Amino acid sequence: MKSKDPQQNYELTKKAIGYVDRKDATQADYDRIGFMSGLEVHQQLATKEKLFCRCPAGIYQKEDEFDAELLRHMRPTLSELGEYDGTALMEFKTRKNIVYRISNKTACTYDVDDTPPFPINEEALHLALEIALVSKLNIVGEVHITRKQYLDGSIPTGFQRTAILGIEGEIPLKNKKIRIIQLSVEEDSCREVSDIGHTRIYRTDRLGMPLIETVTYPDMTNPDEVMEACNYIRFLNRSTGKVRIGIGAGREDVNVSCKGGTRIEIKGVAHTKWIPELTHVECFRQWALLAIREKLTSRCKKQDWKMSYTELDPKAFNFYYTPITQAIKRKEKLYAVNLPSFGELLSHFTQPGKAFYDEFIHRLKVIACIERPNMVSSEDLEDVVSQNVFQKVQALLKAGENDAQIIFWAAEEDVKTALDVIEERALMTFDGVPNETRKSFVDGTTIFERVLPGADRMYPDTDSAPIPLDNSLIERLRQNIPDEVAERYNQLNEWKVPEDCYHYLFTHNYFPHIRAIVENIGLCPKFTAIFFGHKLKHLHGKFKTIPFDIHRIYDMFAYLKQENIDLAIADKILNQLFKHPKMDFESILNILKFKKMKKEEIISRIKFIEEKFHPQRNDTNDIDKKNSIMGQLRSISIGNINLSELANHI
Amino acid sequence: MSEDIFQGYKGRALELLKKYNVHVWDNAEIESTRGHFSGKVLPRAENTDDKHIVIKLITGYNVGIDIETVTGMTSTRVPQPVFKIPEKQFPYTKGLPHVKLLGTGGTIASRLDYRTGAVIPAFSPGELYGAVPELADICNLDTEKIFAVFSENMGPKQYIALAKKIGEEIEKGIEGIVIGHGTDTLHHTGAALSFMCQNLPVPVVLVGSQRSSDRPSSDAALNLMHAMTAAGHGNIAEVLVCMFGPTSDEYGFLHKGTRVRKMHSSYRSTFRTIGDTPVATVTRKGVFPIKEDYHPRRKDRNVKIIPTFDDRVTMLYYYTGMKPDILDAIVDNGYKGVVWVGTGLGHINKEMYPAVERAKAAGVHQYMTLQTIWGYVDMFVYDTGRDMMAKGIIPAGNMLPEVAFIKLGWALGQTDDPEEVKRLMLTPINDEITPREPYNGYLVYQGGVPEVEDFIRNVHK
Repeated sequence: MKSKDPQQNYELTKKAIGYVDRKDATQADYDRIGFMSGLEVHQQLATKEKLFCRCPAGIYQKEDEFDAELLRHMRPTLSELGEYDGTALMEFKTRKNIVYRISNKTACTYDVDDTPPFPINEEALHLALEIALVSKLNIVGEVHITRKQYLDGSIPTGFQRTAILGIEGEIPLKNKKIRIIQLSVEEDSCREVSDIGHTRIYRTDRLGMPLIETVTYPDMTNPDEVMEACNYIRFLNRSTGKVRIGIGAGREDVNVSCKGGTRIEIKGVAHTKWIPELTHVECFRQWALLAIREKLTSRCKKQDWKMSYTELDPKAFNFYYTPITQAIKRKEKLYAVNLPSFGELLSHFTQPGKAFYDEFIHRLKVIACIERPNMVSSEDLEDVVSQNVFQKVQALLKAGENDAQIIFWAAEEDVKTALDVIEERALMTFDGVPNETRKSFVDGTTIFERVLPGADRMYPDTDSAPIPLDNSLIERLRQNIPDEVAERYNQLNEWKVPEDCYHYLFTHNYFPHIRAIVENIGLCPKFTAIFFGHKLKHLHGKFKTIPFDIHRIYDMFAYLKQENIDLAIADKILNQLFKHPKMDFESILNILKFKKMKKEEIISRIKFIEEKFHPQRNDTNDIDKKNSIMGQLRSISIGNINLSELANHI
Repeated sequence: MSEDIFQGYKGRALELLKKYNVHVWDNAEIESTRGHFSGKVLPRAENTDDKHIVIKLITGYNVGIDIETVTGMTSTRVPQPVFKIPEKQFPYTKGLPHVKLLGTGGTIASRLDYRTGAVIPAFSPGELYGAVPELADICNLDTEKIFAVFSENMGPKQYIALAKKIGEEIEKGIEGIVIGHGTDTLHHTGAALSFMCQNLPVPVVLVGSQRSSDRPSSDAALNLMHAMTAAGHGNIAEVLVCMFGPTSDEYGFLHKGTRVRKMHSSYRSTFRTIGDTPVATVTRKGVFPIKEDYHPRRKDRNVKIIPTFDDRVTMLYYYTGMKPDILDAIVDNGYKGVVWVGTGLGHINKEMYPAVERAKAAGVHQYMTLQTIWGYVDMFVYDTGRDMMAKGIIPAGNMLPEVAFIKLGWALGQTDDPEEVKRLMLTPINDEITPREPYNGYLVYQGGVPEVEDFIRNVHK
């Protein structure tokens, strides 16, 4: 019945929508599909305590390290119009058991929603305000705590307490300006331990830690701009020196849409470098979904579309595919579904390595709680079930030429939801791109993660009073703030610091150290920046961590200056600092067998060495002679005389 | 007039709104020294300052604008939005029990008006069905709002009205009654109804919620389902309080209205039976009795309603160094009953004795209960106890202080005769005084020791 081989159809459709790899994509490609992207950059603040309770922040527990567990269900609440989000309600009906693992050290009764919030952590509020000031936002006059609903259980209350501190700003990229919508301070969510079947387990250690969220307008028109904007915002946050660094301390949600598509939120992107590939692939995925819609609507009207299904008797089929034989062993039900007019759509390209049927698979997993693999289709790119089976199914369901079929397996109580999920997703195909949040993978592809909560998910927090921000407070905070990242960029440019240093310097916020060394010790800015951006970076990478207090670099240069020792020895001292983080500089110089000598004394030795220079070969020239003399004087010279100065003398 | 268009604004903030002719609900553009803001002007909550104007941004967040910073405002007028909870016809299912839900003003099911922060209670069967559709699988529901008061404003008048209403409903043939109630004084009402509605043929279940139903983690829906199950399907025909067992969404407890107490200001599992086990656990599957000697459901309608209450009753919580003039003042003000909440086994200081005697002479009925909450009053152990009894304070066994207060008011509503009052007070109606305290009636474990930590780790809290 199938006219095309699925693999062949996949390749053809990939070509038909004009998919290009990112490395080959040009601005014209992005303009053609209407690439549009905005960012929500999250950054944890380096506070001692959590935002709305007095638990310590930044202490993490292992997955199996907990003192108590408790169980909750999240129930959808009525929207403004008094309606429930259909899928949210469906997800609720499958009853996801949310289990929280609590450690007494890191969570209290507030964290698990058994005690109302304590007053907001002032340290966090002030840090966040400083960053809002650095971001040049319009600062609000009074902070109102708002509840933002989440039904996935990642926050035990079912909502995140969040508050706007500033709105409307802009950041300068190389070629354009990106507008900022707002900056808010909010509580972090739980960390997921596992999500299997009907049970999702969370840890509550990260829950409630203060973070800020910077939201941009969707002003980015290609993947590289998204990354550039993201880096800028992260560097800006870090420039205050008051944010957490390390894995998970900064995370991004990336919003992407194509022309005619929908704003899709790719959640929790942990590495900025993943952003270009993710946004590229997502934009084309939407473009593909629109192409699928075109094909479907040309075949059939939404209101006329009706799917049919039947339970399969395992005995009537010869299944060899292990997931199916195991499901039969577990006494699960086996169902076949006919999707009229979906022929050649299930194998339609959506993402590299993923076809349209993939959209069904992940919804079955998340909403109907059926672990993968949970279905096969008549158009799978890899045949795991023989075509004979599908021919039999097609006959059973009286399927037409243009139809496609899905076979899924599920515990009896999940069958109803599974059928609803398949029908719902199939009907969404008529509308194009469904609203959802998606989970990212390193290869740039994404999968369905959650149904996007409805528009009315913001409620005032009746448990907290508004917090006035008077001018005197704002002025006081303004005194603490560093110069803007843009100015630092310009400064590094003026100093002619190579660009490959920038990322490392901003990521670790070393600019203030460099400036202090330049201003107070009088070192050459370019030399100092390269010392951090190349030499320190190299050793940092090699040793994985910096074992000494970073201020020791300043102290080292101050010491060298004071002792009138040439800076060339700094590289060697830095090496020793990684091995002996606490050793004083004099001892390090001893290890290096450094002896203080006057320049004149070294220079005076040149003549002596030159006289002893007896070439062993006949073809030696003056350069060899010079190198030989340099070589012999090098060890005593480093730290005592600049080597190029020495060379001149020779 | 001004209240309508400038809801909640006062002083300088009000002047500013008037100056620029900006009303609440307008879409406003505000220029300030801190930049430009645009959004919908919201009402100002009461008891807040007059220095800020609140707007809702397009993103849904609320922010306040400091009026000192405002340099200009313009606005577009839009009509005030109206919010209502949608009603869906509560379906009738043949074969399911008829349950009546009586509302007292607690917000068992509600949603927050997200623009104002006000709570809109859901109450009619249609609204409740919209919010908790599972209820239709449990019972056929009818509702009636008796009054709308906060829990702390419930009092004798409301107890009497509720008791009479319960009597009427039972006569009409209802199969179970649920009373939605704020949680703060749920146990007071539980005690009052236990005394006022005796010989119940059907369950009367009091229920509330510790987290309002506008939040996804609310306990309201599950409590309501448990209460409806207990009222419609349960076999325990007593006045019961139905609230969470553990803080986890697992099961509810049914507590006797006479032995239950709110023990934590905010926990979901705040209600505990004191000095005994709860009567039963309840899940959506049904009621599972813990105690065997409950009053079973009956077909007859022979309920006895005794809706009396004399509110000239008070409680005195004893503290060290308490002065007798407190009691004198109470007597002088015409109070007829005093429930003492004494220390230890039921003690007050000697300095009070003359005042206690004067109170007795003035015809004031005095009963002794305990600050320890758990345990029995025992005034025979020490001389001072015997002295007090001689001076007219009657030990109230292991009756909870609040329960004794309610019962004394109820008894004095019927008689002034000291012997008759004493008989009513000391004759238990539904275990407000128990003849014995079972070993598992007092369990207040302390964290930190290995066996308790093991328990907490292995059983959902």
